[in-house]
Amino acid sequence: MGLTNPATEYTRVDGSTVSSVSPNWVTTRLDFLTNWARSNSLWPMPFGTACCAIEYMATAASRFDIARFGMERQSFSPRQADVLICAGRLPFKLAPVIRRIWDQMPQPKWSISMGACASSGGIFDNYSMVQGIDTIIPVDVYVPGCPPRPEGLIYGIRLLQKKIMGESLADETLRDEKLVAPSGLFLPPERVDELSEPFGNSVQQTRST
Amino acid sequence: MTAPAGPVLSPSVPALRAEFGAAVTRHAVSCSDTIVYVERDRSHDVLAWLRDTPGQQFDYLTDVTAVEYRDPERPLEVVWQLRSLPRKADLRVKTELAKAGPLEVRSVWDLWRGADWLEREVYDMFGIGFAGHPDLRRILMWETYAEGYPLRKDFPLRGHFSRAEQTRQALAANPEAHYSMEELSIADAFDELPADMRERLARGERGFLK
Repeated sequence: MGLTNPATEYTRVDGSTVSSVSPNWVTTRLDFLTNWARSNSLWPMPFGTACCAIEYMATAASRFDIARFGMERQSFSPRQADVLICAGRLPFKLAPVIRRIWDQMPQPKWSISMGACASSGGIFDNYSMVQGIDTIIPVDVYVPGCPPRPEGLIYGIRLLQKKIMGESLADETLRDEKLVAPSGLFLPPERVDELSEPFGNSVQQTRST
Repeated sequence: MTAPAGPVLSPSVPALRAEFGAAVTRHAVSCSDTIVYVERDRSHDVLAWLRDTPGQQFDYLTDVTAVEYRDPERPLEVVWQLRSLPRKADLRVKTELAKAGPLEVRSVWDLWRGADWLEREVYDMFGIGFAGHPDLRRILMWETYAEGYPLRKDFPLRGHFSRAEQTRQALAANPEAHYSMEELSIADAFDELPADMRERLARGERGFLK
C-alpha cells in the first residue's frame, strides 16, 4: 500500500529539482519519532552579545527554566549544539565569529535570532553593525522585542519546536545552504543590500552625506 | 561646604603661562573645569612639565580623546584630561590641529603608559597620528578596515561601502588577526596581518614589554 508510492519531485531553492520517495506510513512514523526526539532535546548554543543575553539568562534560570523544554544543557561548545541563539546586536567584527560557530555546529541545526538588533540591526543603523544576522547565517525563528521578555523567547522556542515537528526526512531541500562562492556570503550581494535597507524611523534620520 | 561662587581658575594656568609664555595660546573655565590650549609642537613639553613639576604633579592621565566640531572651519582638537592624585586637582589640556595640516601630535606614551590604548582609539576613530607611539594601529575596528575614520564628520553614518560589501569584507576577515602577539597567541594568523604590522611584531617593537 503506502510502501509503493511513486517518487515525488521537490524543487530546490535554486530551481533545480530532486526526486525523492514520497511520504508513506513508514517514513511519516519515522519522521514523527525523529522530530519528536529532536524538538524535545534542543541544546542551545548561546551567542550573547548584549542586553538580550541578560533576558536569555533569565529564561534559562529557575523562574522560567527552559530545561522544561528539553534545553537542560547549555552547550557552550558549538560541536554539541543544536540551536544557535544569537542574543544581542552583532557588529561586523563578530560576523566571521558567528559564521564560524555556525559552520562548526553539526547538522541538524537551527538558529533563533533574539531581539530587534539581531533580527534587523535595531536602532544601530550605522557603520559597524550587521543589519540582521540573516545576512550572515540562515535564521529559523525571529523573536521581536528590545529585549524580548523570557516569555517571548519561550514562545520562539515553542515555535521552533513546532517547525521541527513539521520537518520530513524525505525533503532533501530541507537543509540546503550554499555559499555564494568564494566571497563567504551565503546570500547574493543584492539580497544583502535589500535586507539591510533602512526602514521605519531610520529612513527619516539626517545623514552627514 | 558650599560650592565656590563663579568660575575658579586652576592655579596651574598662571604657572604654565610663566613657564611657556606664548605656547599657551588661551584658557577657559567651563563648568568649573579649567581648559588650557597649547601649541601643537609644545604639547609634549607642557604635559611633561605638568607631570614632573613639584606643585603640579599631574601623575594620572584620565583620558586622551579628540573632538571634531560641526563647523568645518574649526580645527580638530586633541584633549588630554589630567588628574593629580596627591593634589586632588584636575586639568584639561587641549591642542588644535588644522584640518589642512598634518594630523599629528607627539605621543605621551613615554609619560603615562596608559596612553597606549587611548591614543590607539583616537587614531582609529579620528585618524590622528601620535609620533613616538610604540604600536599605533587600529584598536576597535579591525586591522584591514578600509572605510576611513568613523568619528570624523565627513564619514557617513552607515559607512562608505554598501552593506553587501561590508558584509563580504567582514566575513573575509580572520577573527584571530585582530590581536597582537602579546594579547593572544596568533601564530596561525601571522601571515594574514598587514606587512608593516608583521614587521613590527617580528622585531618585538614594544620597548620593555617584550
